[in-house]
Amino acid sequence: MVYIGTPTSRVDGPAKVTGAAKYAGDAAASGLAYGAVVTSAIPKGRIATIDTGAALRVAGVLDVLTHENRPRMARRAAAYKDDVGPEQGSPFRPLYDDTIMFSGQPIALVLAEEWEIARFAASLVRVEYEAEPFATDLRVERERAVAVDEPPKPRGNADKAYAAAAIRHEAEYFIPIEHHNPMELYASTALWEDGKLTIYDKTQGVLNVHNYLCSVFDMKPDKLRVLSPFMGGGFGSGLRPQYEAPLAVLAARALERSVRLVLTRQQMYALCYRPATIERLALGAAPGGTLDSVSHEAIAVTSQYEDYFRNDTGWSGLLYKSPNAKYVHRLARVDLPTPSDMRAPGATTGVYGLECAMDELAVALKIDPIALRLRCYSDRDQHDDIPYTSKQLRKCYRQGAAAFGWDRRNPKPRSMRDGSELVGWGMATGVWEALQMDTALRIVLTANGHAEVSCAFSDIGTGTYTIVAQVAADLLGLPLEAVTVRLGDSTLPQAPVEGGSWTAASVSHAIAKTADEIRKELWRLAKAMPNSPLGACRLEDIALADGRIIDKTDSGRGVAMTDAMRHGRRDRLEHETTNSFAEDDKHARNTHSAIFAEVKVDEELGVIRVTRVVNAVAAGRILNTKTARSQIMGGVVGGIGMALHEETLIDHTLGRMMNANIAEYHVPVNADVHDIEVIFVDEPDELVNPLGIKGVGEIGIVGTAAAIANAVYHATGKRVRDLPITLDKLLG
Amino acid sequence: MINFQYARATDIADAVRQIAGEPTAKFIAGGTNLIDLMKENIERPSRLIDISRLPLKQIEETGDGGLRIGALVPNSDLAYHALIERRYPLLASAILAGASAQLRNMASTGGNLLQRTRCYYFYDTATPCNKRAPGSGCAARYGLNRMHAILGSSEACIATHPSDMCVALAALEANVHVAGPGGERVIAFADFHRLPGDTPERDTTLRADEIIIAVELPARGFATHYSYLKIRDRLSYAFALVAVAAALELERDTIKEARLALGGVAHKPWRDVAVEKAMRGEPANRASFARAADAILRDARGFEHNAFKIELARRAIVRALTQAAAGTPQSQSVKKIR
Ligand SMILES: Cc1cc2nc3c(=O)[nH]c(=O)nc-3n(C[C@H](O)[C@H](O)[C@H](O)COP(=O)(O)OP(=O)(O)OC[C@H]3O[C@@H](n4cnc5c(N)ncnc54)[C@H](O)[C@@H]3O)c2cc1C
Ligand code: SF4
Repeated sequence: MVYIGTPTSRVDGPAKVTGAAKYAGDAAASGLAYGAVVTSAIPKGRIATIDTGAALRVAGVLDVLTHENRPRMARRAAAYKDDVGPEQGSPFRPLYDDTIMFSGQPIALVLAEEWEIARFAASLVRVEYEAEPFATDLRVERERAVAVDEPPKPRGNADKAYAAAAIRHEAEYFIPIEHHNPMELYASTALWEDGKLTIYDKTQGVLNVHNYLCSVFDMKPDKLRVLSPFMGGGFGSGLRPQYEAPLAVLAARALERSVRLVLTRQQMYALCYRPATIERLALGAAPGGTLDSVSHEAIAVTSQYEDYFRNDTGWSGLLYKSPNAKYVHRLARVDLPTPSDMRAPGATTGVYGLECAMDELAVALKIDPIALRLRCYSDRDQHDDIPYTSKQLRKCYRQGAAAFGWDRRNPKPRSMRDGSELVGWGMATGVWEALQMDTALRIVLTANGHAEVSCAFSDIGTGTYTIVAQVAADLLGLPLEAVTVRLGDSTLPQAPVEGGSWTAASVSHAIAKTADEIRKELWRLAKAMPNSPLGACRLEDIALADGRIIDKTDSGRGVAMTDAMRHGRRDRLEHETTNSFAEDDKHARNTHSAIFAEVKVDEELGVIRVTRVVNAVAAGRILNTKTARSQIMGGVVGGIGMALHEETLIDHTLGRMMNANIAEYHVPVNADVHDIEVIFVDEPDELVNPLGIKGVGEIGIVGTAAAIANAVYHATGKRVRDLPITLDKLLG
Repeated sequence: MINFQYARATDIADAVRQIAGEPTAKFIAGGTNLIDLMKENIERPSRLIDISRLPLKQIEETGDGGLRIGALVPNSDLAYHALIERRYPLLASAILAGASAQLRNMASTGGNLLQRTRCYYFYDTATPCNKRAPGSGCAARYGLNRMHAILGSSEACIATHPSDMCVALAALEANVHVAGPGGERVIAFADFHRLPGDTPERDTTLRADEIIIAVELPARGFATHYSYLKIRDRLSYAFALVAVAAALELERDTIKEARLALGGVAHKPWRDVAVEKAMRGEPANRASFARAADAILRDARGFEHNAFKIELARRAIVRALTQAAAGTPQSQSVKKIR
């Protein structure tokens, strides 16, 4: 293999830096009308009156759509279901009726000849509400939280074992609401052509949006096409269809004209978010550092209309050996929009709680945090008592610790300093799933030796274009430059949403399967050539390399693909196949990591600097060490933000998110990010899938916040369990 | 954003004439604050009078050894100007502690003085706010008030002034030169920003028909013993929780002259001349710095989320004065606190 495994720069890089890459809000079109959204000022109640008169009188305004005058949309809530939304509940229906379910809910759409006119007219829409009592505070609503029956089955008797344990640790850890804040604004450009719609939408799943819109507007699939060729970040916020897409379609159908709708940054805060969650951990251990019991309870917010939740608690009993384990997941319904997946949903929050609790347990046991984890190390999935396809977490601990210099750590809190700063070293484990999905893919090989690979997956900025080109180039035996990749178009072969870190494995195997069809056909063509050097070769011996069809046993023997095609009078070979993964419930599939963080804390002022992070990752075969490293670094930066900065502030008496902009919602800036070292430990895996790929999009964030929180404790002797760890929590 | 007219001012007299004739108009300089506020429908000017091309971009020496800074000198140019770096490094440092490089390139000296509070409620027209809509109430008082005042607040408003540059200008006793229909006048920096009282909608004593033309620095620059220490929720690009401008003149280890101004704690850069006076003749050590901190904070009061700022301010003051006395001012590029 020439390209797989090598650090390869993004093939779409030049298009992105020159502006040639067009995003959803850039799609060029003539005769566009522009939309501006008016949103609800209150979190719950009814729209008593909505007066659009003044807006309609503005020159250049084409229409103002509200629940009173909008074109037809499906009535049944079920028509608004999408591929990845919660099973329980009925999805939000924009501009559907007069009900207000959250502050920031879209309640009118102003359409005008120009964006500025639409935005001005939007400021003139007058709304009277009938407000109703509401609730937005998890810390209050936890009392009413209801249990969901999703967590893994318990084992043993955790309560009893905990009560009897020699060493016990029990605590609550809190993660506030966080927002994805991708750089690109949510936008949809709906191009209208004789009743047919082509929609450029910011989404992680063009087919999901396509199916959703067909269902909501009762449109035939061939009348609607959804494209998302480039995305300026998603982090999960674009897995479900967001309201800009149906509103753009609504507008295009109302005006019978092309429409562009770009949301504002403020409006994006009412799309979706990581749910505020309380993680309650109770760990019982024997003095030697083995676990007797693990109890993990999560209480998270969801909306009033959908039950969103992910696996927060199951990681605890999966990761560490304990004969007794129990899990509870509860939901507190609040008057906010439905939460959504955000980078490693469930694990990011659940493992934060678990890994801080393990650190506290190590302190109570007076043993090194790595030693504790090794004593509880499990080579088998603890839920189902099955082995992993591979698990090189021990290597992560070892290599990460060596790179970090962990053996020089003085375990005593406040014992290490650098002048006026206290130095803290903390570590944590990360874990995520290695998922893979059935995916269809098409390859067209033309007689000039060029291949086009196409699939409906989106590249949300992670590097999918690049790895598709690498894998296809290797498996087709072509130079990287001879491969063109088309993604993010609902007319392309079917793929699931781009999420869950499953894209690399899913798309690579779809390439492998389809490329194999091409290989077979090229073999037949090569054999048919007069005096073919491959005349006697069996298919098993045939490989594609350097633009040639060769005999693996004697690579000198072969013919150029272009010659074979010319002789066979074929100007193109085209294959589309769907790859399905073999069912295997005898193995668990996971990625793992060990994260080490150094913080320096000004003793007097509490100012925290994360000066070093080492993240050692075991994630199977790494397709592209450059883009994969960027994914892990991005995850670590997200983890720094989670640990120290990120928090959506809600005024619970107004029911509104108050820092809904990226000046006041803090994410790390350059000054907050220092050395991040990424180590990919060797993890060959022939069981997870034929190519041994596990995916790296999410594992980088899991555990990072815990490693930093544990480092802050080590530096200061203060255990801050409520994120973010702002300096005021260290004063005093 | 609402529709507005746009006109360019040809000279200072024209700018004054235009604004006097249309009280609902607004000057626009760098636009880094005004445009944001317009997008959120907080500022709704009928007309923007563009003053960005007026000849107010000079930094000149004055007869009495000071410097006169034109109102349109960009924050970056000011921070990196050789005379400022050499004679008023406290000002350079404060400017570089604020915003981002891109914003500082656009932001003007006059605009920086007139930037408005970052109170969340002020920015959200769906919420009550006396400063934005007088009489509607102050949502921050019982709401989210982490960024809010611990000194000089009123029943009506507990907002802070967000500027870093102004904290240094207060410490340096700058003067603000303004022009209006009746001619020019000079406003001492201490009198330029106001406390909220019953009229929090007014941030400053500048009249609606006046334009800032320059900021003048007196000769005394405290170039040897100074420090600007800004404490915030991330290491750059965030508004101050507490900022301290400290400047000293020492004779051996005794304080001859002291300046101490605080940012992020009040509706204006906070100074207390009596405290500075009491510092004179004291030894330049932690004990006297702590006394000064206690004195300047004696009337401080916290609200639900910002009470920590009192202790934080106390420690930051001691630290900044210590840095100043030692001649090791806080670096704005290296984030480790000295
Ligand atoms: C994300 C962000 C972060 C920031 N962080 C910081 C920070 O950390 N510290 C900090 O100090 N600042 C910070 N700022 C604020 C920045 O410093 C100000 O926005 C800037 O100084 C304003 O200058 P301007 O020329 O752009 O003013 P404009 O936006 O043009 O004008 C502001 C106001 O001043 C009036 N005005 C302008 N010039 C004159 C004049 N000559 N006479 C009379 N009236 C005038 C205008 O009418 C308007 O009301 C930040 C801003 C942003 C957007
Ligand atoms: S503190 Fe001032 S600016 Fe903030 S809500 Fe109250 S009145 Fe408005």
